[in-house]
Amino acid sequence: MKIFYKTFYVLIFLLLGSFQVNSAEKVKLLKVDWSFKGLFGKFDRGSLQRGYQVYSEVCASCHSMKYVSYRNLAEPGGPEFTKDQAKAIAANFEVLDGPNNDGEMFTRAAKLSDKFVKPYENMKAAQAANGGAYPPDMSVLAKARSGGVDYIYSVLLGYEDPPSGITLDDGVYYNKYMYGNNIKMAQPLSDGLVEYNDGTVATEEQMAKDVVTFLMWAAEPHLESRHKMGFKAILYLIILTILVYFSMKKIWSRIESEV
Amino acid sequence: MSDHEYVPTPKNLNYWWTFGGILTFCLITQIVTGLTLAMHYIAHADLAFESVEHIMRDVNYGWLIRYIHSNGASMFFLAVYIHIFRSLFYGSYKSPREIIWIIGIMIYLLMMAAAFMGYVLPWGQMSFWGATVITNLFSAIPFVGEGIVTWLWGGYSVDNPTLTRFFTLHYLIPFLILGLVVLHIWALHVPGNNNPIGIDVKKPSKDTVPFHPYIVIKDAFALLMFMIVFAFFVFYSPNILGHADNYIEANPMVTPAHIVPEWYLLPFYAILRSVPDKLMGVIAMLSAILILAALPWLDTSKIRSAVFRPLYRQFYWILVIDVLVLGYVGAMPAEGLYLLIARVATTYYFTHFLIILPLLGFKEKTIPLPLNINEPILGGSPMVSALKKDKDKIIQ
Repeated sequence: MKIFYKTFYVLIFLLLGSFQVNSAEKVKLLKVDWSFKGLFGKFDRGSLQRGYQVYSEVCASCHSMKYVSYRNLAEPGGPEFTKDQAKAIAANFEVLDGPNNDGEMFTRAAKLSDKFVKPYENMKAAQAANGGAYPPDMSVLAKARSGGVDYIYSVLLGYEDPPSGITLDDGVYYNKYMYGNNIKMAQPLSDGLVEYNDGTVATEEQMAKDVVTFLMWAAEPHLESRHKMGFKAILYLIILTILVYFSMKKIWSRIESEV
Repeated sequence: MSDHEYVPTPKNLNYWWTFGGILTFCLITQIVTGLTLAMHYIAHADLAFESVEHIMRDVNYGWLIRYIHSNGASMFFLAVYIHIFRSLFYGSYKSPREIIWIIGIMIYLLMMAAAFMGYVLPWGQMSFWGATVITNLFSAIPFVGEGIVTWLWGGYSVDNPTLTRFFTLHYLIPFLILGLVVLHIWALHVPGNNNPIGIDVKKPSKDTVPFHPYIVIKDAFALLMFMIVFAFFVFYSPNILGHADNYIEANPMVTPAHIVPEWYLLPFYAILRSVPDKLMGVIAMLSAILILAALPWLDTSKIRSAVFRPLYRQFYWILVIDVLVLGYVGAMPAEGLYLLIARVATTYYFTHFLIILPLLGFKEKTIPLPLNINEPILGGSPMVSALKKDKDKIIQ
């Protein structure tokens, strides 16, 4: 028997060791106290609206968001722009529609029902304009990276000079948090890059936080109703479980008294 | 009172016995949510990913249905692993319950097939590359392997024909499982339930209670506890059991850094990768599952419950840890220390079933069995205190 205990302890020891090796390799991501985390997590409405501003003024020139519609901007649980504001935002963009009765395609201003207009016609055009790198679509980006929102926030703020001994090609930048540390996107944010209407000071950190909040909403537009429903559902289940527990005790007491 | 209405059941069944009912709930949940998803999903390589996003964003409560379905798969496997390991601990696979056990293994195999194909349907990066890796395993078969892979794919790579056939099969298999579940329960009703003591009980007797209301209410209580855990995943961590890469649309030109299956397949993935030769790896992986079907004959001990088998009990827990270790290394890159651990753990897995279990039946000195279930409860047997101590230790 003893030999098996020994092997068992050795295995556990090796396992713990490998955990440590693993954690040492990873760079610790910057952490933010996101308002949408936790049992009652909600989006910060102001942050979402500012985040949309950062997205549209900075990110949207290269990054598409093809699964999000303009109407979503006015829906509950999102940035909650008024319907007129959302309409005005959509009207800034042109979409190709048609064919009309003459068989011609035509362009028109975007409507609430349209999806966000893409910056490039297709993936090849996007790559050609960005030194071969494809700026990923941002609709579900916050869920498509391990580390999620913290990872994206960290990458946005992780630009620095490469450590000595590392030379980078033209158009490649060093980022402390990016996988492999090389990134083809130039540092997108700098203090005062956008001008917020609500008086918030547009520091780099503030913009990163706002745009990442916006990305989380874009990836999970129903997050708020999910959290609300979850609380009710679990509360209901807990109460029902307690009731069933006492019913069970009552029913089984007949048997136990017999014995 | 007819036997059918009454269903006398051993009265000492503990909470590990509630997972049969829980699994039925899981299967029905998967079928109902799956049917609903199928109304909105589009099985086409160009549209599948988009249609899933459509479900998540625009279908009323589509996010809820999809998260129940995707987390439901994980909960299903969690429950089935507890169910299987309960059977291993209390010897439920032994005579006269071999048929129930073998039907159970068939259900488990079909579950793995259904889960694997379901994971392909959202057509994310892990879907695509998981499908590529797993279907490629068939190429290890000598002479006809390559032909079989082309036949499975419906072309020369994983593509639209693969997706549509996986969708069809993913839709079909749950109904095959449902049929087998009916047989599983039918077969169970011939010998009746095993129990934590593992002795045959006379039915009906002082040792049994009617299934309704006693077992029904206990199953209901356990199911509700299970549902709380389930709800927590669905509402608060719906993506924690999945891989982030599956939110990137499938791209045949970009291979992810690490291709890993879902957590519930990881132990077998570790066994597959621990063998250097591809064909032998596939054989090892399949044997690891199929060996379970031979368990009623590999285990030579006449005593069912591990409560009365002091040595088997220890080997049982080592096996549990061994499988957990396999699961862990299955998620890690197959290199260096991880590969070494995977090899040791794989070897131990087969040693347990092929050497330890058959020998144990002859060598082990077991604790004497009580004559009926009431005996250890009433006291008066010399082994009662030992049993109680053991029970406290193992059956929490």
